[in-house]
This record gives sequence, C-alpha cells and structure tokens, in this order.
Amino acid sequence: MKIHEYQAKAILAKFGVPVPRGEVVFKAEDAKAAAQKLGTPVVVVKAQIHAGGRGKAGGVKVVKSVDEAAAAAERMLGMKLVTAQTGPEGRIVRRVLIEEGLDIKRELYLSVLVDRAAAAPVFMASAAGGMEIEEVAKDRPEAILRETIRSETGFQAYHARKLAFGVGLPAGVVNAAVPFLQSLYRAFIETDASLLEINPCVVTGDGRLVALDAKVNFDDNALYRHPEFKDLRDLDEETPLEVEASKYKLNYIKLDGTIACMVNGAGLAMATMDIIKLSGGNPANFLDVGGDASEERVKNAFRILLSDPNVKAVFVNVFGGILRCDMLASGIVKAAKELKFKTPVVVRMEGTNVKQGQEILRNSGMNFTVANGMKDGAEKAVALARGAQ
Amino acid sequence: MSILVDKSTRVIVQGLTGREGSFQTQQMIDYGTKVVAGVTPGKGGTEHLGVPVFDTVIEAVRGTGANAAIAFVPPPFAADAILEAVDAELPLVICIAEGVPVLDMVPVAAALRNSKTRLIGPNCPGIISPGKCKLGIMPGFIHKQGHVGVVSRSGTLTYETVGQLTALGIGQSTCIGIGGDPIIGTSFLDAIKMFNDDPETHAIVMIGEIGGNAEEIAADFIRKHVKKPVVGFVAGQTAPPGRRMGHAGAIISGGHGTAKEKYAALRAAGIHTVQSPAEIGRTLADVLGKSKAKSQSKSRPKKKLAASRKRRRK
Repeated sequence: MKIHEYQAKAILAKFGVPVPRGEVVFKAEDAKAAAQKLGTPVVVVKAQIHAGGRGKAGGVKVVKSVDEAAAAAERMLGMKLVTAQTGPEGRIVRRVLIEEGLDIKRELYLSVLVDRAAAAPVFMASAAGGMEIEEVAKDRPEAILRETIRSETGFQAYHARKLAFGVGLPAGVVNAAVPFLQSLYRAFIETDASLLEINPCVVTGDGRLVALDAKVNFDDNALYRHPEFKDLRDLDEETPLEVEASKYKLNYIKLDGTIACMVNGAGLAMATMDIIKLSGGNPANFLDVGGDASEERVKNAFRILLSDPNVKAVFVNVFGGILRCDMLASGIVKAAKELKFKTPVVVRMEGTNVKQGQEILRNSGMNFTVANGMKDGAEKAVALARGAQ
Repeated sequence: MSILVDKSTRVIVQGLTGREGSFQTQQMIDYGTKVVAGVTPGKGGTEHLGVPVFDTVIEAVRGTGANAAIAFVPPPFAADAILEAVDAELPLVICIAEGVPVLDMVPVAAALRNSKTRLIGPNCPGIISPGKCKLGIMPGFIHKQGHVGVVSRSGTLTYETVGQLTALGIGQSTCIGIGGDPIIGTSFLDAIKMFNDDPETHAIVMIGEIGGNAEEIAADFIRKHVKKPVVGFVAGQTAPPGRRMGHAGAIISGGHGTAKEKYAALRAAGIHTVQSPAEIGRTLADVLGKSKAKSQSKSRPKKKLAASRKRRRK
C-alpha cells in the first residue's frame, strides 16, 4: 500500500524523525493561510501524488512569498502531472503540501527495505542525495552503503555510526544522525513497511538533519495489524477497476490490451499474459481469481473484466488444484446468464473435476469456445478479438 | 529416489482439525502419504480422520516419530507454526499460507539458519514425490513417477508444467513449489543443488518469474556445477514495472528483476530456455531425446547439445 508524502512525514514525526513544518491543503484558497502560518521567507509547494519524479515535472515549486505560494498551489491543484513514473496518462493533483523552506547544506539518501537474498532488512545510505538512486546504483554502486540488520542484534548505534561516518558526515552531525537513523528504523519495523525512503535527507546550515522528502510503502499482508492505516488509502490514486476488484478479493491489474484473462494463481496468470503476447495479441489485464474462488467471485470477475471498454475477448485459463473446474464452469455460466454479455469467451480448463466442468459448459446451451491447452486457448482468443474489431 | 520426501516420510499436520487442514489431509492420505499426527492446541488426545491429535508439535514428534510437518494455519500464525516445528527439530516443514507479513519471516529465516530444519514456502503448493509422498495441496492425479525434477515459484504454473510432462509420458522425481514470497525457506539454488545430487533425477525444469535475483543465482550454480539438462521458463515477460503481480515477490523494481535479465542469465548458463509456457514439456522431451540419442551413439554428435555443453564449461 502506498501513501502520500505528507502522510509518511506525519508518521515519521510520531517516531521522532524531524520533518519540515507544513500543512496539506485540498483547496487553493487554503494555501495562503497555510503559507502565512509558516512565517518563513521561503515556502515550498509540493504536489501530492503516489509517484516520484515530481520535481522535474513541475510538481515542486520553491517560492519567496505567501502570494506566490498561493498562486503555485492554485496552478498545481487540478493539474495533470506527468512524471517519469506516472506513465503518459499522468495523475491529477488533488492535494498539495505547503512547507517551510530550509537552509540546505547537504543532501543525503537514506532507505530501509527487506533484502530478499539476506532475508533481513537492509539500511542503505548514500552521500548522493536528491538524485535518482537507481542511476547512482547503476553508475557508482560503491557510492551506496548497505548495512544488513540481523534479527539477533537489531539496529544498533554502531550500524548508524557506520552509515553516518560512511557518507562523510562530520562528527558533530553524526551525534544527531544516530538517533535519527534509529527512529527511521523503528518506524520501518513498527509500521510493517515494505519500503521507507528519505530522498533527500538534508543537513541544514545549523547542523540539523531533516527528512525533506519521505516515501513509505506498507506490506499489504501486515495491514491487519494496523487498522489505523486504512484511512490513509487514497482511492483517487488507484485505477477504479482495481479498487472495485479489491472489494471481491480479486487480484486485478489493468493493462491496455484487448484480451481479458481470468486465471487461478499468480504465476499462471503472468504466463497467460505472456502467451497472449506470443500469440500476437495484447493482454487487457492480470487477474488471479484465487484458489478459494466462489461462483459469485467468478461472476464479479467477469463483470470487472468486461467493464473495460477495450476488451474484445475473454480467455479463461484455469488449472484446477484447490479450485474445482465444475465450480468455475458454473460461475462462468452464471456470469453469462446474469450479465448477458456478447463478448466471446474462450475457456481452457485442466485439473480437478475438469470433465464435470466441461459438461456444465456444454450443457449450458451457450456459445463458449473450449480450448485444448493454453496455446490453443490464447490463439483462439486472439483470433476472436480480431474478428470482433 | 527423490528429494526431501519419499515413502519413509512420516507427517504431522499443524492445523489438522481446521476446514482446509481436514480437506487437504484427507487428500494426502488418499494419495498414500503417511500422516501420523495432527496438532491443534486444546484438542490433544482426540482423533481426527483416524489420526491422533496432539496439543504441541514436540509431543506429536515424541508420540509418533514423525519427520516432517505441514502447516495449514492462517497467515498471522504461520511464523509461530514454523518456529514450533524448528524447535521440535523436524527436518522438514512446509508452510502453505499465502499472505504472511514479510517482517514475520525475518526472525524465522534467522532461526532456520542455525537449525536442523528445512522450510518450504510460505505461499507455496508444497512438495510431491509422485507415487511416494504428497506433502501439499497439488492435485495428485496429474503427476507420474519418473526422473524429472521440477522447481517453481508458482503453484498452478507447476501444475501446468507437470500436466504437460505427464501428457508426454515423462514422469517426475520430485516437484517443489518454493513459493512466491520475498523471503522463503528453500530457494531455487537449494532445490537445484538437491536435484543435482539425486541420482534418480535425470533432468530439471526451473520455472521462475519476475522479481528478485534468485533465478540468476541458481543459473550461476548451474553454469558451474550442473551437468544434467535444465529447461527454464520465466513468467512475466509482459508484466509492467513497479506493479506487484499477485505474488508479493513478483515485482520489477528499479529496472531490476525483469524477465529479460533472467532469460539472459539462464541462457548464459547453458539452460534450455522456453519463451512459451505451452512448450515447457515439449522442450524437455526434445532435450531428453537428444541426450538419449547422444548416449546411445557417442560418435554421432548432436550440434546443439555439444554447443550448450561447451558454453557451460566456460
């Protein structure tokens, strides 16, 4: 789960991480008052969207007066921001953060995430703050310091000192950096984050460390431990069909092709997208209906797939394990009867109760195309989608 | 032979009396798996599906001489279940649960490092040595006993692969679904090493997917040490970056973990790569056919195989 920068900063502040003073506004008329309250000579206006690369795209403005701040907020709110991470469709800006400007002496990069190979969190730091860290990693991997944090020790002060001295902070600032890094790590662990990134973390003229930007993603699997995070979700940042799918525990990701696919299991779902592409078509989505799918869930899956106007054909590819083919077939028939759709459907079934499933489809009196294997299914779906165009 | 599980495997089911535990245990018993005990705290001393139930794993081990466990517990309790099996010094534990918080797995991974226990999963279908022991939720009837080792991050894509092999008359020694999570007990590398050492495994199929670099690490080992033919597929060639494709581990981040990178690493290791998921079985059949032809008449060199062997020796 992703959250906004201002939400991330509020959480970090609770853990004792210094962040700039500021306020989020949803309406341009509130921007002036927010800037006035700060009382600083420099004000920063930052568009709040769930994507990086805002600075280069005009989503961050540094201004010298309250009026300029209000004007910048007014320009940003409602604007479509296209950054390197949003894709060409961009994102509409609905919230802006009005923040105090700081006297910045140095910029650092800091992050915490789980290193799969080490099976432990890793704390990363670099003197190359404020830059695209992927670029730094590619060109100068030695410029990024990494400390793997083992469960046996936890995050100790020496970890923080290694990182702080390692990025070249003077001894006086290191003293402030140790509790700063410890607070970040505690925030990462206690919020069940999957990523915590401060880019940049700045050293101010008077030697303070401040998280100038903040990105926090949560582990979806641990959200049950943090019911308070539910309110932080911003549905405007998600694709409407994906929001709808999540209500039915459907794992759905919208893509831009014409062949919808419904599959059980994430690996097979990805492989199904791949074989559609290899067969000359383009997948309209990723969809894993899950092993515990019911007829009702299958029906809802159809409804969501078919509300994508680009879809010209549906390819159902199921290898029944826990999911029984007869239940799936009943769900498909139910969907076709209740939703009354005309879109051609290709069904490929294998595994548990496949014979009963095929019988249900045959006896339904409806015109499903039955495929023999996933290659045959993909080719039939591609041909039907072409014919429908 | 086979790896990790066979006819001598004696199984404890953690969460035996639950809905999923009951259903899956019955399937395992029907397949011929020796389920010797169940563990459900508070139900010790009772019997379920003809299997004695214990309150704790250690009591179940002492009472039955079990040497493996499979946990059917909800994700919030998965770490506890695995650690209880580690504490009882069981050599093998399988965790099926999908949705285990990744930070729960960090201390589990640490405990496993200094233990006698191997974990498979979480978020996996389990392991099967066809005709001998099914320790998981896979449909048993699609398998056939034989000599191909299958290892995959995905459940249903493993079934797809096994289905293709069986349809071509090619049996499997052992099939392992290692799981789709970022932190898992058994990696591709671990599974490949075991298959390489198993005399009854003559060829290996490795089914990877986008995210992380576990496929690359295994490929490097294969390049250096594995003489058996290996067929490789990577799911997610068309997956967009930055999106988690169902599995918590299946995400292309910072331009890394792409299918393209993984295919390059697999090819560099002399692995027979397959672009189409429908051709995995066929490709393995071709590779086996060629190596058979080669062993029958060594004077008749097969160009392609000879070339791949050469690549591997570098």
